[in-house]
Amino acid sequence: MTMTRQQVLDLYFMEARSKVIDLAAFLDRVDRATGEADFRLAALRGAMSVLTASEGDRAKHVLLGLSDTSVEPIPAATTKAACGAPVPAVQA
Amino acid sequence: MRYIEPHGHMVSRVTDDYQDMVTCGCQAVCEPAFWAGFDRSSADGFYDYFRQLTEHEPKRAAKFGLAHYCWLCINPKESEDVKLASEVIDLIPKFIDSPSVLGIGEIGLNKNSRNELKVLEMHVDLAARHEQLILVHTPHLEDKLKGTRLILDVLKNDSRIKPERCVIDHVEEHTVEMVLDQGFWAGMTLYPESKCTAARAIDILENYGTERIWMNSACDWGVSVPLAVPRAAVEMRRRGHSHEFVDRVIFHNPARFMSQSRKFKMPSGI
Repeated sequence: MTMTRQQVLDLYFMEARSKVIDLAAFLDRVDRATGEADFRLAALRGAMSVLTASEGDRAKHVLLGLSDTSVEPIPAATTKAACGAPVPAVQA
Repeated sequence: MRYIEPHGHMVSRVTDDYQDMVTCGCQAVCEPAFWAGFDRSSADGFYDYFRQLTEHEPKRAAKFGLAHYCWLCINPKESEDVKLASEVIDLIPKFIDSPSVLGIGEIGLNKNSRNELKVLEMHVDLAARHEQLILVHTPHLEDKLKGTRLILDVLKNDSRIKPERCVIDHVEEHTVEMVLDQGFWAGMTLYPESKCTAARAIDILENYGTERIWMNSACDWGVSVPLAVPRAAVEMRRRGHSHEFVDRVIFHNPARFMSQSRKFKMPSGI
């Protein structure tokens, strides 16, 4: 690492601040909308709880929390796209 | 600044992109075979696509003074149809001796299905029989962790495959360690929303070092940034990394990997 904490803040604080506000606005938008949410919202909330953890590797743990951790190949691909969060077993 | 773009789908990009890349110091571009955004209807479609990759696109790149190399395969997104995949894989040896073909790629998995795995194994066997380099696509988003593990198992279970001749692309924080620890090369893809940002990619370099790792844009027909690599270079310098550090990541590392193919000519200009 080439920078001090002060330098990291100087370089990246404004961008990080903007992203936190974007996240907050997204959650407000979800609240204002009607109907049920799906598993992705719960997955995102779980991922966000990692952010305030005191240990490191937060990016890694966010990605792990948003990953399919099963090990067997699926019988067939019925879609091409990924959705960003692991589909709960009961729904899959 | 000089750099090599190890993963750019130039058939889907315009000439402005070539001009911009060369202006920013691109010395060579390497183009894996990709999913065109729709499923091709027959092996004939792939035959024409391979001709485009091996004949037409190098000429288009050469108009801008840029060396163009390619990789051949049927992409994981089109691998659910094993019969079609087999027909396409049978075509590849017709093109493998072309002067710009570096190897087999971008093979891998998409949704981690049984058929995709079968087709991956067929590609690995082809690469082994023809002693080709391998470029691997790891799945997107929630499928990446599982897919990376499955892919590494396939590669490790074939004793003909040397990890140092395989690059596992699109790594992120939760997959990079397993790739590097097992002796493979790791590619970090600077692609909006679904993959790494420049800042995160540089974090990965600072955590894991610069051995066997590169950056690429994977620019394609989607919203993507052909200049992602030189922009990341600027970001590295902003953080205080040296010119030598930057040059190692964006030029020497891809050159070192690609030079394992006798067809890759080390770029001479700056």
